[in-house]
Amino acid sequence: MADTMQFDLVSPERLLASLVASAVQIPGADGEMTAMPNHAPLITTLRPGIVRVTSAEGDASFVVTGGFAEITPEGTSVLAERAMPVAEVTQDVLDDFVAAAVAARDNATPEMLDELAKQVSDIAGIAAELGLQAKAA
Amino acid sequence: MPSLKDLKNRIESVKSTRKITKAMQMVAAAKLRRAQEAAEAARPYSERFNAVLAGLAKAAAGSDAAPKLVRGSGSDQVHLLVVMTAERGLCGGFNSSIVKLARAKAQDLLAAGKTVKILTVGKKGREQLKREYADHFVGHVDLSGIRSVGYDNAQGIATDLLQRFEADEFDVATIFYNTFQNVVTQIPTEMQVIPATFEDVETEAEDTGLVYDYEPSEEAILATLLPKGVATAIFAALLENAASEQGARMSAMDNATRNAGEMIDKLTIEFNRSRQAVITNELIEIISGAEAL
Repeated sequence: MADTMQFDLVSPERLLASLVASAVQIPGADGEMTAMPNHAPLITTLRPGIVRVTSAEGDASFVVTGGFAEITPEGTSVLAERAMPVAEVTQDVLDDFVAAAVAARDNATPEMLDELAKQVSDIAGIAAELGLQAKAA
Repeated sequence: MPSLKDLKNRIESVKSTRKITKAMQMVAAAKLRRAQEAAEAARPYSERFNAVLAGLAKAAAGSDAAPKLVRGSGSDQVHLLVVMTAERGLCGGFNSSIVKLARAKAQDLLAAGKTVKILTVGKKGREQLKREYADHFVGHVDLSGIRSVGYDNAQGIATDLLQRFEADEFDVATIFYNTFQNVVTQIPTEMQVIPATFEDVETEAEDTGLVYDYEPSEEAILATLLPKGVATAIFAALLENAASEQGARMSAMDNATRNAGEMIDKLTIEFNRSRQAVITNELIEIISGAEAL
C-alpha cells in the first residue's frame, strides 16, 4: 500500500508546489480535513485558510483564498484562486486580502452576504494563526 | 531629382528609424519570453480546472436544475462579443486579424437578425471597430496601465460579464483573441464562454472511472466554479493574447528593420550616383573651359 501521494498546488498564475506528500490538511468548505493516500475521491470547495503539507522532505504551509481541491486515491490537487507560501504572507498581503474580502462583502447581493461575511472572518482566522493583525472590518 | 543634401537627410532619417525598430524588436523578444512563461505557468491550472468543471457540468447538464451558466438563458437573441486586442499598435496584423474575425461574426449575427453588443478589451480593437459598430459598444476595458496581465484583471472582466448576464443584458458571450502558435503564426480564435461549453474537454472522471464525493454538494460546487471558469477562460485568453502580441510585434519589427536596411542601401546607391554625376559635370565644365582657350 502506498503511503505517499502526489500533491499539487496550483494558482491561476503558476504552479506553486508539486511534491510527494504523506498527508495534506485542507480548509474545506465544511471544515478542515486531512487527505491521506488512498482517500476516497472527493471534490470540495475551499474556504480561505492554510493548506499544510506533510512530506518526506519536510512540511510546508500555504495560505489559500477560495478555490477547490480534488482528492483521489493517488493524489491531491489544490486549485486555489490565490495562494502563496506562508512565509510570504506579510501584514501588507494580509491587509490586501482583508480589503478584497470586505469590498466583496459590501458589494454583495443579500443571498451572497452570508458566505462573503464568512470569508472575512476566515481571513481573520488566518491572521490569528500567523500572529498577524487583521484590521477591524 | 533630389539634391545631395536631401538624399543625405533621408538616409539619416531611415537609419534612425531602423534603430528604433531594431530596439522595439529586441524589447518585444524579451517581453515575449516572459509572456510565454506566464502562459505556460498558467496552463496546469486551467487544464485541471476545466477537467473538473467539465465533469461536473456534464453530469448537471441533463437536469432542469442546471445553473443558468450551463443552460443558457433559453434564447440566443442577444450576442455579446468580447473583442480582446492590444493597447498598442506596431505589431503587424495582430489587431486587425482579431477585428476581422469579430467583424465577420458581427455581420453574420446581424444578418441573422440577432442583436449584437460589443465589449472591447484593449484600445486598438475599439478604434478599429468604432466606425462601423459604435452603436453596439456596451463597454470598454482599459489595460493600458498594466505591465503584465494578472488573474485579477481577468477576474474583473469576468465579473463584469457575469453581472451583465445576470441582468439579462445578453444571452451568449463570445471572446475573440489570438492563440499563440509561434512567433510568426498567431491564430485568431473565437470561443463561447457563456453559456459554458465543454465539448472539447476530456473529463478526468471518464478516464479514470472514479466516482467523486462532493462537499458541500455537487450543485453548490458547480455554482461556485462556473463563474471562476469564465475568469479562467478569460485569463487564458489574455495570456495567449499577450504572448501573441509580442510575437507579432517581434516579427513585424524584424521585417521593418530589414526593409529599412534595404532602403538605406538603395538610397546610398542613389546618393553615390548623384554625387558622381555632379563630379563628372564639374570636370566636363573645367575641360571644355580649358579647350575653349
